[in-house]
Amino acid sequence: MTAPPSALPPVIADWFAARDWSVHPHQHAMLERAAVPALLLIAPTGGGKTLAGFLPTLAELGANPAPGLHTLYISPLKALAADIRRNLATPIAEMGLNIRVEDRTGDTSQTRRRRQRADPPHILLTTPESLALLLSYEDAPRIFAGLERVIVDETHALAESRRGDQLMLGLARLSALCPGLRRVGLSATVEDPPALAHFLAPHPDPCAVLIADSGPAPDITMLDTPTPPPWAGGGGRHAIPAILDQIARHRTTLIFHNTRAQAELFFRDLWLANADNLPIAIHHGSLSREAREKVENTMVTGGLRAVVCTGSLDLGIDWGDVDLVIQVGAPKNVKRLVQRIGRANHRYNAPSRALLVPANRFEVVECLAALEAVREGDLDGEPRGPGARDVLCQHILATAAAGPFNADTLFAEVTRAGPYTALSRPQFDACLEFAATGGYALRTYDRWQRLMQDADGRWRLRDPRIAQTIRMNLGTIVDAETLKVRLKPSRGGAPLGEVEEAFAATLTHGDTFLIGGQVVRYEGLREMVVEVTRSPAREPRIAVFTGTRFATSTRLADRILALFREGDFSALPSHTADWLALQGRVSRLPTPERLLVETFPRDGRHHLCVYGFAGRNAQRTLGLLLSQRMEDAGLAPLGFVATDYATLIWGLEEITAPANLLESNALTAAFEGWLARNAVMKRTFRTSAVIAGLIERNQPGKRKSGRQATFSSDILYDTLMKYDPGHVMLDITREEAMKGLVDFGRIEAMLARVQGRIDHIACPRATPLAAPLFLEAGRIPLKGMAEQRLIDEAAARLMEEAGLGQAHAHHAEKGV
Amino acid sequence: MNGHRFTLAGAELCVMPSGALWWATERILTVSDLHLGKSERVARRGGPLLPPYDTDETLARLENDIAATDPARVICLGDSFDDDLAARTLPDMARARLLSLMAGRGWVWITGNHDPGPNGLNGAQLAQTALGPLTFRHVARPDSAPGEVSGHYHPKARLTLAGRRITRRCLLTDGHRAILPAFGAYTGGLAMDAPELDALMQPGAVAVLIGPRPSPVPMRPAGRLRNTGRGS
Repeated sequence: MTAPPSALPPVIADWFAARDWSVHPHQHAMLERAAVPALLLIAPTGGGKTLAGFLPTLAELGANPAPGLHTLYISPLKALAADIRRNLATPIAEMGLNIRVEDRTGDTSQTRRRRQRADPPHILLTTPESLALLLSYEDAPRIFAGLERVIVDETHALAESRRGDQLMLGLARLSALCPGLRRVGLSATVEDPPALAHFLAPHPDPCAVLIADSGPAPDITMLDTPTPPPWAGGGGRHAIPAILDQIARHRTTLIFHNTRAQAELFFRDLWLANADNLPIAIHHGSLSREAREKVENTMVTGGLRAVVCTGSLDLGIDWGDVDLVIQVGAPKNVKRLVQRIGRANHRYNAPSRALLVPANRFEVVECLAALEAVREGDLDGEPRGPGARDVLCQHILATAAAGPFNADTLFAEVTRAGPYTALSRPQFDACLEFAATGGYALRTYDRWQRLMQDADGRWRLRDPRIAQTIRMNLGTIVDAETLKVRLKPSRGGAPLGEVEEAFAATLTHGDTFLIGGQVVRYEGLREMVVEVTRSPAREPRIAVFTGTRFATSTRLADRILALFREGDFSALPSHTADWLALQGRVSRLPTPERLLVETFPRDGRHHLCVYGFAGRNAQRTLGLLLSQRMEDAGLAPLGFVATDYATLIWGLEEITAPANLLESNALTAAFEGWLARNAVMKRTFRTSAVIAGLIERNQPGKRKSGRQATFSSDILYDTLMKYDPGHVMLDITREEAMKGLVDFGRIEAMLARVQGRIDHIACPRATPLAAPLFLEAGRIPLKGMAEQRLIDEAAARLMEEAGLGQAHAHHAEKGV
Repeated sequence: MNGHRFTLAGAELCVMPSGALWWATERILTVSDLHLGKSERVARRGGPLLPPYDTDETLARLENDIAATDPARVICLGDSFDDDLAARTLPDMARARLLSLMAGRGWVWITGNHDPGPNGLNGAQLAQTALGPLTFRHVARPDSAPGEVSGHYHPKARLTLAGRRITRRCLLTDGHRAILPAFGAYTGGLAMDAPELDALMQPGAVAVLIGPRPSPVPMRPAGRLRNTGRGS
């Protein structure tokens, strides 16, 4: 294809020609449509998307641009911003263009940030959080004066979280500051391009969509291993010899795992088996920045043959040398699998090569279903819900930090953002009221005032000094509470990564655990840092990370159930086919029209297993609902664990009539009342409360402390439930919980599907299909009667062990 | 009502499910660290606008315990108010509820680090008070005589039982002193293995977990007498 001469300036054309590169059709198209106000480019990974996004900017700026910000580039990763800066520097220099490119992220120094505000570069590369911060400054209009284009990279990934909500509010603000601003979105292949365009559009104006050629079909197969995958659990360690063999036969291999814990375990065993000392590294989100950067840099220079990684490498740096992607564990979601596969062979028109490694026998089935879906191009995805209103609360505060605002104008502005087009005025007003006064039913105190209206009705900060606190608390990523892990100062003090506080709390002196592929020994806690030493221990514990885990998509689950119903396992390896046959003999196989429920005893507890195939989140909600009903029935449930296909509940009493617990109307009726009380709601509340500014993560001049001064967000939740149940934060919490973690819609769909056809099988022991559940992380404890029973039992035992039994035993009677 | 009874310097005491301490023979009810007016103080100082219901909730708990025990005397062990201004600007409704609780019984306000000044309420305001074998003060003194009852630290226990983590407020006692948990609604806690608490409590100290049935557990795991200073 030849572009019209007007679209591709000679300097750019010459540069491509000098490299013997051809301009991709979609890169031409981006130049031709440079004047379109909003444009979404959807291209497969490796399609030269980023360059396509920047070409119009380079063409417009030309050799000697006037000073001032021309293009803002936003990516979800700090590392990506830095990488793009390096990658842009080369063509800009070689084309002889006098264009200044700088990045600005949380890692940028104060000095540099101040200079950027005073004298912005032509192209500024940043993240949604840094943009929100820039927009909260009073001089935002001056910083962004003259801005022509904004490029949103990895739009599909940003649209999956609140970061996308925050960014779209930011773009609405930018469009108000810079009329005529054009926006471009860059996205990997998605199942519903119009929905993504709606997300990005400057409403009521539309966003056009440009879909690039999807390239050749990927070369993807299941890895055949001499050793069958284990019956349960996994992590793919059975496949290590076969995977090492693949690494040796390729230039660079990315080995994706679904969880950090599995990546750690796998990496350790891979390293032990690595007789040829191939350079292999590990990369995941809980490792220290230093450790991750070292891996990334070595990767870029071609110094690594393989990287064991998690979703932390789903996005980002173009590694042209990757020629094989291995997905260990079932992919859960076909769209994400296709995007991961695209990481191999970052050359347009070259097929990506990928291998799936099921980690256990159930995953063999899931991988088979996923392979079929990839071949048929059957992508999955759940529709995006409305924008989170906790993010809106934060945006209102940030807007006030930038200067006084008019409520009508701000409402008009935020409803131009895709996620908030359906926001009602009362919803907006409730968020504004929350930001201003806390929005409580009780109105007695004039002290509850963060914003106030001035004489002409504009809202402003009551105390301008809190602008700093607002800025320090911007951002929508609320992590589980974690503690940093570092080597003891006497051993170098190097930061290794972080573990969740809940895991750290279970460690005692001398315990060993895995982090960054090393076994370390817990030495103690010093100023909220876990200090460790290296340890030669062979049986370390595994740090549990409860990071984001995606639910198996409805479409993939349906494919698996259909496979079971057909009963034709000939496409499966014999070990898996035999296992399913065994399940069929011992119990039976789940099918789409019926609900299989098993009960069995194990380890002195009674177990109930429900195979709903509704995805991890819905199965967890089912666990919470069922355990509540069990608690009410005096069945003393202790806890449960949920996977994508089943929920396993254990307790002190045997379940003889599970069908009663699962009765559809009762479950649905119980849902509303139950929703208020469960742990998922409290976790969701904490996240929303932090984002909305009810809980401050950071305060100026104050050291973060976990001492008496801070108290649990659960207390705030309980107080609101008791005294102010109609409060907007509870409303927001319900909406956010329903979106992802609760997913009650899939339970309703499952109940509608089975229409009361429940098969209860009582077994003498755990069944083949139930076995993997015992190795699942993320067990959820229940705080019912059973907890008090445990405390009663343990208290006596612990006192006895400590030799304190006599002194206190006779007092533990009923008093008063 | 379920409670846990123990003896301190010869006094028979009972830890109530709320975290209050009941001395039946003297009819004395002791509560610590009410932090009344906390949300108001935070809002006044430009902090987050917390739900303004903490004072109501704390008073409701106190009303419960007073109704259950009908004490002759109530001792508030300090930090009863989140600051002195919070005491003086207590909303009328809350003040009325407090006054009706105080009517007809003795009331001692021990001063704490949060509320060192006059609170403008009836009752005796004291730095400390001794009654029989017991001495009541806000912060424990390392060199105190046996029978010291104090608050200040908001002790809480973290246990891992049957693979689960349980966090509860707790009362610490070792036969020499007792450190009460915070009674107020908006109060966090200090883990009982913190060095400050470890240094105060003798070997064999017990943590009474606050809950529907207060239960004693060892303050330190079996086999460890005192913290070695390496942290835990």
